[in-house]
Amino acid sequence: MIGLEHYLAVAAALFVIGIFGLFLNRKNVIILLMSIELMLLAVNINLVAFSSFLGDLVGQVFTLFVLTVAAAEAAIGLAILVCFFRNRGTIDVEDVNVMKG
Amino acid sequence: MISADLSIVLPEVLLALYAMAALLIAVYTSKDGMASLLTWTTAGVFVLLAVWMMINGSGTQEAFGGMFINDGFARFSKIVILLSAAAILLMSEGYMQQRGLLKFEYPILLALAVVGMLVMVSAGDLMALYMGLELQSLALYVVASLRRDSVKSTEAGLKYFVLGALSSGLLLYGASLTYGFAGTTLFSGIIEATSDDPSLGLLFGVVFLIAGFAFKVSAAPFHMWTPDVYEGSPTPVTAFFATAPKVAAMALFARVVHDAFGGIVSDWQQIVAFLSVVSMFLGGIAAIGQTNIKRLMAYSSITHMGFALMGLAAGTAFGVQAMLIYMAIYVTMNVGTFAFILAMGRDGQVVTDINSLKMYSKNQPARALAMLILMFSLAGVPPLVGFFGKFYVLRAAYDGGLAWLAVAGVVASVISAFYYLRIVYFMYFGDETEGALDSKMSPVLWAFLMGSAAAMVFGVFNLFGIEPAAAAAAATLVN
Repeated sequence: MIGLEHYLAVAAALFVIGIFGLFLNRKNVIILLMSIELMLLAVNINLVAFSSFLGDLVGQVFTLFVLTVAAAEAAIGLAILVCFFRNRGTIDVEDVNVMKG
Repeated sequence: MISADLSIVLPEVLLALYAMAALLIAVYTSKDGMASLLTWTTAGVFVLLAVWMMINGSGTQEAFGGMFINDGFARFSKIVILLSAAAILLMSEGYMQQRGLLKFEYPILLALAVVGMLVMVSAGDLMALYMGLELQSLALYVVASLRRDSVKSTEAGLKYFVLGALSSGLLLYGASLTYGFAGTTLFSGIIEATSDDPSLGLLFGVVFLIAGFAFKVSAAPFHMWTPDVYEGSPTPVTAFFATAPKVAAMALFARVVHDAFGGIVSDWQQIVAFLSVVSMFLGGIAAIGQTNIKRLMAYSSITHMGFALMGLAAGTAFGVQAMLIYMAIYVTMNVGTFAFILAMGRDGQVVTDINSLKMYSKNQPARALAMLILMFSLAGVPPLVGFFGKFYVLRAAYDGGLAWLAVAGVVASVISAFYYLRIVYFMYFGDETEGALDSKMSPVLWAFLMGSAAAMVFGVFNLFGIEPAAAAAAATLVN
């Protein structure tokens, strides 16, 4: 029997993979965008699992909002990335270093 | 029912409709030719809405089943947000016009960001919170990379986007855990669920939520984006980042920890106190080596957020009041300081190196004096208004049983006084090396600089009456 904790474990694993993807990735900014998407999707799994086990629809409504915002976020991220590429000619994470902080 | 709900959210709806109408009109007519006009009208709309809220505000109303709360706390924060956003818009117009940066999207994006902030501070539900926060953040990511042919500006936008998205992810994960373990997304329901011994899941939820907020208010150790974004963005955008979004994020922080987690103060108090003490020291120490005034203001804002969090860490109504007063004073000081920074230039080129300020007082005694007052006030030197902001949060921390935090705050404020005083030292005693800065300063910037400096001096009598207003606002949040 697959219970709530299994869903939560999968979501937590995906979320952690997403965070590690953000910090350990030294290659490409596109991978950062993918990691962010992974984090948001992990949250969606969480929300839908809770919604189903609580018998409460609010979680699924929340999921729809998150999906919509994630799409908008990806669009804006890619737009900024395109501008950055035009100026810098590269999208390597190591080259995002004109200012160091 | 629905009309009653709509009448409560009317200011937000009107501002959103205004932004969309302005976008349509500008696209179908002269595009960037309208930018200047749009900037002025947007600032006018902000001021009108602020005045409307001042006149119309009384009592607590809830809309959409408690998802949207319009209470005294929300109104106080909204007025500060709207007025500071209007001030920044007015200051940016001349600067951006001169450098060919004034695009019609700029005022519209700021209007949309402000809609997001208004929703944030009124949120009574995790969904409303998330939608408001994202509307604000998405608009700000674009504004940060407004100068799209500059490497620095696009890099600032990219960094802000990646770290901002990470913080939204953390916050959202916290929200999902809170929803799952409390069984509801409404703050009023969450506070009931936390009243008796909260479950581990809820504690994890509140920790993730606080981590997300700490990113948004740029509190250490979640501050790494701040210096780069402040340095890379065009200066008016930096000025905006340092004011309205900080107030909104701080107000949201207070709203969530008190409205939703007011039953477990002792659990989140330690985290907030930790954030506060780390921010104050890190901001103070890291700013010492900075020569770029925009980076310096970034570290300065980290320190100031540490102080504002100190008020929040007290966990009392007085703490929230102190936080609100602190934020209002901080915004006023920053508007004046950025008016000064916006006017820094040599032969029309932007200058951000503080070494260029050497012997500034010889050429511009009035402006140097205004900047001196602002720097002293930022450092918290009595008897200027900035001192009273610090005094309130220190007292709140002390009364809240966090005497160690208050002592740490005093030490940190002494450390951070060093770099403010260094600017003053350069202006009055530095040795003249290169050519003087341009003496040109637009009347708008001059008025904001002098007005802000005058407010720091004359505000000592009664703080312009914000003290009772903040007390009333805090009383509606914490009871």
